[in-house]
Amino acid sequence: MAGRLIDLPSPRGPLSEELFAALEEGPQARLGIPAVHSPDPLADEDLQLALYVAYELHYTAIRGVDERWEWSPALLAFRSELELPFEAAVAELVPPAEAAELESVGDALQRIVAEDPGPPLSRYMEIQGTREQMLEQIVHRSAYQLKEADPHSWAIPRLPPGPKAALLEVQFDEYGGGSAERMHSVLFARTMAALGLDPTYGRHIDLWPASTLAAVNLVTGFGLHRRRRGALVGHLAAFEMTSSIPNRRYGNALRRFGFGPEVTHFYDEHVEADAVHENIAAWDLAGGLAAAEPEVAADILFGARALLQVEARWARHLMEAWEAGETSLRAPLAPVPA
Amino acid sequence: MRGDFAIQDQDGNELGGERRTIALCRCGKSRIRPLCDGTHKLIGFKAPSAREPWPAD
Repeated sequence: MAGRLIDLPSPRGPLSEELFAALEEGPQARLGIPAVHSPDPLADEDLQLALYVAYELHYTAIRGVDERWEWSPALLAFRSELELPFEAAVAELVPPAEAAELESVGDALQRIVAEDPGPPLSRYMEIQGTREQMLEQIVHRSAYQLKEADPHSWAIPRLPPGPKAALLEVQFDEYGGGSAERMHSVLFARTMAALGLDPTYGRHIDLWPASTLAAVNLVTGFGLHRRRRGALVGHLAAFEMTSSIPNRRYGNALRRFGFGPEVTHFYDEHVEADAVHENIAAWDLAGGLAAAEPEVAADILFGARALLQVEARWARHLMEAWEAGETSLRAPLAPVPA
Repeated sequence: MRGDFAIQDQDGNELGGERRTIALCRCGKSRIRPLCDGTHKLIGFKAPSAREPWPAD
């Protein structure tokens, strides 16, 4: 399997136009400090796409773009202007942690995920969603699943020994336990291919709305900033803790549509894997980090709550589009033969 | 559960899986018993994990 290589997507406004033009011109291009005025950064197509592509430089090659852009000071200055309003908008959605919660971060995480603010997307899909809606959901999720576990790996060098060992235990499993064939991102690509969807990394960027990009930008931002290591750990814990049951439901939805194990394996694997990961992530990783570095305990809970809020907005976008009889993607998915 | 282990059902069949760390079901409602699938959260299962002291005479 070749390394990642994506095409620049189509710009969605002045920010992405300016950024993509500079990327194509080369690292000597002038890239100024952008004026960002965004009333709702989480839903801002232009801002989220520009930020997504700025972040992608750390994950993948981009066709026609010089790799030196990744650490270009102009690029980082530009990116920072996008990150600031995004970070502020996420902070507005997340109530501050209470002092009592910080005494047991593991218990607090259990309560936080039990109060998941999102709509019941997986339950809807299990019972009444259509095959086309499920395919759309998979195209949305491919924004993260084709690089599943990668952003959390940025925490590895930044954690003290106990939490680091816990993170590696989760990541070793995410990355297939020594077998590329069992790597979760590879399992997801196999599911997409079996459904007739193109599993090439970055192939569907133009179809992803701002809410989908924001969910990935959230974790990439946590991953790229060492100061957000607490939030990154909290994000992983909440992600794992809200995974087993929805994945069983998505697997059931796909079985309802008549698909077999070559399609459902990714989901069935996650039911079992994440029931293990959630315990390691909540107690050994998040709880261990809070004990070793109490100053980041509040940010652990922030990361968990931020994940749930941003995913809730994403799920609401899908449900509202479907209720209106529309596609939840930016353009209808090309018909896939049943 | 971590470490070297093998799980067999009551008929002696080895329950496969290549995972080195597993979570066992305690609530009894998992659909992938003896492994955990997170169902305990749906049914509100709560129980302490430590051994209980013998009742005093």
